[in-house]
Amino acid sequence: MNYQLTHLKTLESESIHVIREVVAEFERPALLFSGGKDSEVLLHLASKACWPQPIPFPVVHVDTGHNFDEVLAFRDRRVAQLGVRLIVASVQESIDRGEIVEDPTPGASRNRLQTHSLLRAIAANRFDAVLGGGRRDEEKARAKERVFSLRDEFGQWDPRAQRPELWNLYNTRHRPGEHFRVFPLSNWTELDVWQYIGHEDLQLPSIYFAHKREVFRRDGMLLAVSAYCGPRAGVPDEEPFVTTVRYRTVGDMTCTAAVESMASTVEEVVAETAVSRISERGATRADDRFSAAAMEDRKREGYF
Amino acid sequence: MELLRIATAGSVDDGKSTLIGRLLYDSKSVFEDDLAAVERASSQRGDDYVDLALLTDGLRAEREQGITIDVAHRYFATPRRKFIVADTPGHVQHTRNMVTGCSTADLVLILVDARNGITEQTRRHASIASLLHLSHMVICVNKMDLVDYDQRRFDEIRAEFEEFASRLEVSDITFIPVSALHGDNVVERSTEMPWYEGASLLHHLEEVHVAGDRDLDDLRLPVQWVVRPRSVEWHDFRGYAGTVAGGILAAGDEVTVLPGGHRTRVEAIESADGPIERAFPPMSVVVRLADDLDIARGDMICGAGTNPTVAKDLAAMVCWMDQAPLRTGARLHLKHTSRWTRAIVDRIDYRLDVNSLGRIDDVAGLDLNDIGRVGLRTSSPLFFDDYRRNRATGSFILVDESSSLTVGAGMIIGPSA
Repeated sequence: MNYQLTHLKTLESESIHVIREVVAEFERPALLFSGGKDSEVLLHLASKACWPQPIPFPVVHVDTGHNFDEVLAFRDRRVAQLGVRLIVASVQESIDRGEIVEDPTPGASRNRLQTHSLLRAIAANRFDAVLGGGRRDEEKARAKERVFSLRDEFGQWDPRAQRPELWNLYNTRHRPGEHFRVFPLSNWTELDVWQYIGHEDLQLPSIYFAHKREVFRRDGMLLAVSAYCGPRAGVPDEEPFVTTVRYRTVGDMTCTAAVESMASTVEEVVAETAVSRISERGATRADDRFSAAAMEDRKREGYF
Repeated sequence: MELLRIATAGSVDDGKSTLIGRLLYDSKSVFEDDLAAVERASSQRGDDYVDLALLTDGLRAEREQGITIDVAHRYFATPRRKFIVADTPGHVQHTRNMVTGCSTADLVLILVDARNGITEQTRRHASIASLLHLSHMVICVNKMDLVDYDQRRFDEIRAEFEEFASRLEVSDITFIPVSALHGDNVVERSTEMPWYEGASLLHHLEEVHVAGDRDLDDLRLPVQWVVRPRSVEWHDFRGYAGTVAGGILAAGDEVTVLPGGHRTRVEAIESADGPIERAFPPMSVVVRLADDLDIARGDMICGAGTNPTVAKDLAAMVCWMDQAPLRTGARLHLKHTSRWTRAIVDRIDYRLDVNSLGRIDDVAGLDLNDIGRVGLRTSSPLFFDDYRRNRATGSFILVDESSSLTVGAGMIIGPSA
């Protein structure tokens, strides 16, 4: 034996270590589960980390109300399979209570509104650690974030006052009212995630694989025609058409774009990802296109 | 495919971000939209070239000031290896970032400006890497294009560094002449420097052998979490979850559990994927033992023969990371493997001059970014090894009792009298 782990096994082991630190050192952890591929990998790793115990903490879905049906069905199926408790933090309910005001523009994204509902759920349940599927390769501001990332009483992230993170010795100490966002997938890339999905034979919502869908083009991105979002009247370039697409990320339907693809299996997606020349967020997230610092700003406010 | 972790260091003007940008770009790990954004930003600033440094500088303040503030992580892969790069800023006041970046790295890459040669900062970075016990160092002599790709200049720098390096504990030092701006010897061998017979930087990073750096002799398994499902299916299951920190573990092995010192046998090594025949670093496993012992988080499962040192008094090199200086008598939280304890600073023996590795005696304390030898007393015993023998069981962090900030990084030398 050469006592050498593959890169996937090394990443898996590191993530399991992080999740076990959370289980051992926090009183009220939770896991953010959107039904997307990263959160599915995270949920799978959590079940491995706790095995043979069931996952001893709830999962939280921040629900914008603009969901893909396939993803909601997948979420409910996984929650039932693992026997974990699901907490839904609903953006619609926050709007109905008058806590936040929706942008009245037709088809406006609720992405930024998620922060409020998430922070409300964290406070209401007194979560002291929230596991999320964020990866450092997603975006430049994320590249500077710690695995254990402290949020103040207002849920805010201060990128210039982060604690140094040394070896695998995570400092979990915090004051009442503060909480940690914990990112076990920090060192994974999009390709690692897909390779791992193949290696572990994980199921995903069907929208991750090539399917026919009615879409329209906006700002160079392909958005799905849905009840929440559609071509604007009188905008000539937004003619809807049907084509074969898949999603690289899953989020709010109004700001998550599809990519044209014929990849219908994990192997084909891995092959496509390995040679992709456009970043995951650049291809699919309208919310990060506003400015170079869009993600940094949202993270400072408490976004995941 | 293996994983290689790299820490990079260099001062602001050595072109470190450009070099990393070049590695990412030439290994086709940069996405077109990211590159387009960098091209836009470069032309907005009025640069007549594409500033690849902008690929790595992530925070707004960094882009505005053209500096790197914090440790940034970059990822790229070739068919041979996946690489994780911890890119650390080079300013003098950011020693703590360099220590942080090196703490998880297998290899350190240090940049030298061919025009300036070895500077105080080069020596500082090399010393820190040596203290953090990185066995592999690459000295990239950058901006060779600005010294006419002159072999004599490269040889001078190499000789000067080698003289200094005799004081370091780094076993493998490689020198590579590069031009990050033009890409010479970064991914492809340069045509401008036929006198250089070594590998390009990327080729070296793909080939360097790091598997031997771990301690596979002495078993160390810090208990991270006790698994007790208490379910119908797993009624009597009692497992000890943890990440192997040293040695090799197999079912049937005799082990000793600290602090009790009880000896028992490994019944099985388990995981969600089924039983594991042999566990080794850095695998995360669950171990079942033959005897029912009272074992908790923070305990350590060791090989039957070779135990770590068990002591409450220890000597360590400490890098201090807080604005307020460390003084004798300070009380702190200390985290070592999976164990939290409290510690009192008994004495500060000396401060290290990280530029020369010389000792400065009679110091009142350690200031921000100082490194020094410290004597600590802990409230409960620690089970540790010399940091140079095992980084996982020889390291600890210090946490301020009131602010909860991480204020120190420690590397254990041994028990203290």
